[in-house]
Amino acid sequence: MNELLKQLSEAVGVSGQETDVRLMIKDLIAPHVDEWQVDPMGNLIAIKKGTGAVDLRVMVDAHMDEVGLMVTAVETNGTFKFAPVGGFDDRALLGKVVQVGSKRVPGVIGCQPIHLATTSERQKIVPRSSMRIDIGSADKDGGKGKVAVGDRAAFLTPYEELGRVALGKAFDDRAGCAILIELLRQPPYPFDLVATFTVQEEVGLRGAQAAAFRVQPDVAFILDCTPAYDLPVPPHVDESPNVHLGRGPAVYVMDRSSIQDPRLVSYLLRTAAENDLRVQVRRPGGGGTNTGSIQRTAGGSAVATVSLPGRYLHAPCSMIDLDDYDHMRRLLEAALRGLTPAVLNRES
Amino acid sequence: MNTFELLQTLTETPGPSGFERDIAAVIEKIWQPLVDEIRTDRLGNLIAIKKGSGRRRSGEDLRPRILLAAHMDEIGLMVSRIIDFHGQGFLRVVNLGGVDIRHLYGQRVVVHGRDGDVSRNLKGIIGAPPDSYLPVSRRDKPFDLESLVVDPGMAYDELIRLVSVGDAVTFHQPLLALENNRVAGKALDNRCSVAALTVCLEVLKDRTHAWDVVAIATCQEETRLLGAATTAFELRPDIAIALDVTFGNGPGASDERTLKLDEGPVISFSPDTHPGICQGLKAAAERLEMSVQSEFVNTPGGTDAYAMQVARDGVPTGIIGVALRYMHTMVESINLKDVERTGRLLGEYILHLDGQTLSGLAEGLMSEK
Repeated sequence: MNELLKQLSEAVGVSGQETDVRLMIKDLIAPHVDEWQVDPMGNLIAIKKGTGAVDLRVMVDAHMDEVGLMVTAVETNGTFKFAPVGGFDDRALLGKVVQVGSKRVPGVIGCQPIHLATTSERQKIVPRSSMRIDIGSADKDGGKGKVAVGDRAAFLTPYEELGRVALGKAFDDRAGCAILIELLRQPPYPFDLVATFTVQEEVGLRGAQAAAFRVQPDVAFILDCTPAYDLPVPPHVDESPNVHLGRGPAVYVMDRSSIQDPRLVSYLLRTAAENDLRVQVRRPGGGGTNTGSIQRTAGGSAVATVSLPGRYLHAPCSMIDLDDYDHMRRLLEAALRGLTPAVLNRES
Repeated sequence: MNTFELLQTLTETPGPSGFERDIAAVIEKIWQPLVDEIRTDRLGNLIAIKKGSGRRRSGEDLRPRILLAAHMDEIGLMVSRIIDFHGQGFLRVVNLGGVDIRHLYGQRVVVHGRDGDVSRNLKGIIGAPPDSYLPVSRRDKPFDLESLVVDPGMAYDELIRLVSVGDAVTFHQPLLALENNRVAGKALDNRCSVAALTVCLEVLKDRTHAWDVVAIATCQEETRLLGAATTAFELRPDIAIALDVTFGNGPGASDERTLKLDEGPVISFSPDTHPGICQGLKAAAERLEMSVQSEFVNTPGGTDAYAMQVARDGVPTGIIGVALRYMHTMVESINLKDVERTGRLLGEYILHLDGQTLSGLAEGLMSEK
């Protein structure tokens, strides 16, 4: 059992309210870094001093926040209306279990029973506006004050491992946080390593912008999760997947937020080959990561994104491959240990 | 075992329609100390008999008997195809009973190994490709069973050793305690009625009652009211009562078709209930000073009473149950007190059955009242 991943996955930190995760990570990294600070936005920034053999300012980033919901109103029947925090497919919400507010009050997401729906209603996606969070409270008191408008709700999904895969919530991006923590636990690197655990990625890549300005790195590696669409499609459709679970971490070349530095992309692929590690290139396409912010902050940084493929990421229960996780951790460590200014000067 | 623990055991044990063996074994263990005889019939119904003390019917070896039916099957899924996709294994499924397919995406499930071999049980999650990977005709709609897959996170070669087409699939959702004595979980339809029937048997345990009581956990209600039809034939009840859930007032369900959670057992008045039994249940509630709710339904159907009423030459039937939110999902919600009250109400009703009850029911049909 990957206890670190379990602990981080089960922690609650919906965008804008990342305190619990921030405190947890601070405790986990404090013995392994030389200094840490929390900036005005809530980003946790830690420095692990290096040997000084290489003159580079290197930042590794993972975001702490997760997608979730926010309570927006109490109904007379005691249930709660809600709004999304981060992007969702509404179809993932029905029938799921959530934990609301700082007291983590359990609740369920329900809607009209299908028996009472008209035929045309049954054929449409149930809109979020017709769903409610139900904690069992009987009236407008919000469960005797346990839940208030403005409270955030996270999915309540226990972490579990099934063979080589893990199921759980918020792997996007607690898996990235876990790998970054593991990187900090290793012996010093040839340069000072700046680790940023950032806030508000899911609501517009906000935290990384401020963190990158403070760090102003030469090179930044962004650790995130990428949705894997390697699922069979209905008959007569041919679409090859963007990434596959089990084929290693996914190196980005381009997404909606940035074109990755080709020198770093080549370096990562080369490092994987030299170390006999699985790696795959994510098909260019949509989606965005903190890379977009970091690349264009201050004077700009050379950036590369490495993502763990995960199925059903913005949903209550996602799936990652633990071998991918391991290969991603090893790839990053190898890439950091071998990184020199020459990597940036070399043509791809 | 308190009611929460009882429901935990009952809802977390699998028993989709047609695959009731595990849940029947669990209920048998719970009922055993409360009854005189217990057995499973050839369809899989669990039949328990608690003998009364009244006089036997003239010329027969039988006392008058009341049949209490709570169906133990739950909605679920069944494996219909095993897919090899780039070396990864996935399962397509079909529904067992009236599953709300709109709720399936993102749900954790258990695929049950053949022959009750729990070592072959397999966990997985229900996934679907994003709309952009689906044919245009399937986009912007609830995912259908052609698009959804059960994803066990496993290679195809490994998967085919564990799973066969036809294996049953149930939802993985532990029972959750909510505020106000409410709970949410899977299969509360109708395990909460099995729990209510258990409470009823506990009420009767050391009490004297004239009638024989036949408690049945019926099979395959969700698909075709199968167990109720055959047991009502086989056991020749003089009165039969179905215990089942009904629509609870909640989001999107606040109209006249719904009943309130927390406000007591629901007594149903419909074509498939006998007015004398409805009155008898209401009178029992008055004796207990218990608040009950009445539900008026215009057409017959939807519970075991529909099948039992027309068994042999007809049986006086009643329906009693608990108001439940989010029916046929994994987060069905009820109030524990409603379950306990339903059991106590039924116990009280049975304690007052006597030699005049049947003639009273018959006369009631011919009186102006």
